[in-house]
Amino acid sequence: MSTVTQTESKDLAPVSTESLAALLVSKERPPRPSAFSASMTFGWRAILKIKHVPEQLFDVTAFPIMMVLMYTYLFGGALAGSPKEYIQFLLPGILVMSVVMITMYTGVSVNTDIEKGVFDRFRSLPIWRPSTMVGYLLGDALRYTIASVVMLTVGVILGYRPDGGVAGVLAGIALLVAFSFAFSWIWTMFGLMLRSEKSVMGVSMMVIFPLTFLSNVFVDPKTMPGWLQAFVNNSPITHLASAVRGLMAGDWPAAEVAWSVGWAGLFVLVFGPITMRLYNRR
Amino acid sequence: MSTQTMSGLAIETAGLVKTFGETRAVDGVDLAVPAGTVYGVLGPNGAGKTTTVKMLATLLRPDGGEAHVFGHDVVREADAVRGRVSLTGQYASVDEDLTGTENLVLLGRLLGHGKQAARERAAQLLEAFGLTDAAGKQVKNYSGGMRRRIDIAASILNTPDLLFLDEPTTGLDPRSRNQVWDIVRAVVAQGTTVMLTTQYLDEADQLASRIAVIDRGKVIAEGTKGELKASVGAGSVHLRLRDAEQRPEAERVLRLTLDAEVQLEPDPVALTARVGSGAANGQGAAEQAGRALAELARTGVIVDNFSLGQPSLDEVFLALTGHDTHKTAADKDEVTA
Repeated sequence: MSTVTQTESKDLAPVSTESLAALLVSKERPPRPSAFSASMTFGWRAILKIKHVPEQLFDVTAFPIMMVLMYTYLFGGALAGSPKEYIQFLLPGILVMSVVMITMYTGVSVNTDIEKGVFDRFRSLPIWRPSTMVGYLLGDALRYTIASVVMLTVGVILGYRPDGGVAGVLAGIALLVAFSFAFSWIWTMFGLMLRSEKSVMGVSMMVIFPLTFLSNVFVDPKTMPGWLQAFVNNSPITHLASAVRGLMAGDWPAAEVAWSVGWAGLFVLVFGPITMRLYNRR
Repeated sequence: MSTQTMSGLAIETAGLVKTFGETRAVDGVDLAVPAGTVYGVLGPNGAGKTTTVKMLATLLRPDGGEAHVFGHDVVREADAVRGRVSLTGQYASVDEDLTGTENLVLLGRLLGHGKQAARERAAQLLEAFGLTDAAGKQVKNYSGGMRRRIDIAASILNTPDLLFLDEPTTGLDPRSRNQVWDIVRAVVAQGTTVMLTTQYLDEADQLASRIAVIDRGKVIAEGTKGELKASVGAGSVHLRLRDAEQRPEAERVLRLTLDAEVQLEPDPVALTARVGSGAANGQGAAEQAGRALAELARTGVIVDNFSLGQPSLDEVFLALTGHDTHKTAADKDEVTA
């Protein structure tokens, strides 16, 4: 132990108090960054973290590929006659399901980060308060985009041919990423509220599994019992899946898009302020 | 921009309180910190130092009392306070996954510098702190001394009017510690007020002009270094005898010549006596110790080792509170457990 610190002290260049003094003389302060600029800077931090720990992209690459393959071949023959037929219906839905599932990692990363000293520094800076959280979500939006591209590529290889073409597919991804950004405020809230990474994970699973499976992602809800249809038909995930499916098929499902955007707005309006309250109170 | 308020105080608190459940972590703290000085907050683990600093740096909301930083209320005008202070926390307050350069550029951007300006400032600071070679390494690979440096560098990206340093040298080797002290002196020489928390009396002694001693959430003594020392005596004589059997005799001689409390150490040949407290016949600590040594030699007590030291934090505590620091820490553990 002591030998380690000794070699360290020897190797370490000395502190130059003269140049330090020269740096401290300037009392000038640049104007505060705008809310947008501060958020983008935190987004840059999220991207730097991906750069240093690329393994964390595993959940937006391997996991989605697994989802597409598994459900296409598991249900394809039974539900639509063949996997190739089924994937036309399934891919937009499984895309929505996987990306929405991936959003829950936001809560885990907020929770592990908040315990570290760097959060105290961010909180002591004179910046727009929500920018730290928005930065996380911007970095995550990039992850959602990567996951979407990966899944679409696998889908196309398996025979998915969207009628909406490039424009329809891009519109579908844009809606999905925007919705997921809004939806993630639930996880920032849990990330700040719960005490451990494990409890965040547990609560996330409890929310995400019923929400994504009880939807029209796998099958048409018409075969479900009435009470379940009532839930499924009004679930935000169903609206989003229908909207993305429609957009990628070259339609303009105005009502479903409106519902998805409406839900997204509601998530931000409800969970955004709760997140910020928790953030300020810590 | 003026760094001083009308009163010339950087920090002013009145009856500051913070409770965590049943524990009153900070229990009515009054402080008045003059601008442009180093103010030491001295106390053992769990005394309430970090909690106090966090309230002043707007990270925790006080449950009672008031605190002003350069005249701004820390709750109602938190943003104005944040614009003028910087905090170096007890644990690394930079992002360990990022490199040294990335951390400083990130914070530079958040403080409003343009991309180019943030990069330049980062490079200059890394150079001044002797970290240029480690600039491209992730901070998690830094040694303790390097972390402290990057932490402090991150706190002076913009020269703050008030810098909080929460136990900046805990866990550092003596050499790294001296370098942190040099940095603190350089910072305060340029007009920044520094509030420094520490567990070490010698650190407060080296750097601070005024010191507040905190215990169990309360300020138990406050004053200049001279005032504080006078209240506990100038120092202590530590003796090691050759023969444990002579210790009762040595204790008797010391008590007689020094007219002071003598403490028997766990080591059976060691004992400690306080010297220079108050009216010691107008003599200095060294003269008193010399007289005691001569007296011991005359009575035939063999002394192998002798040293005259500053009172330790333990001794200051013992003198001020009647209980020692370890006991305080243990009490706190019981409360939180």
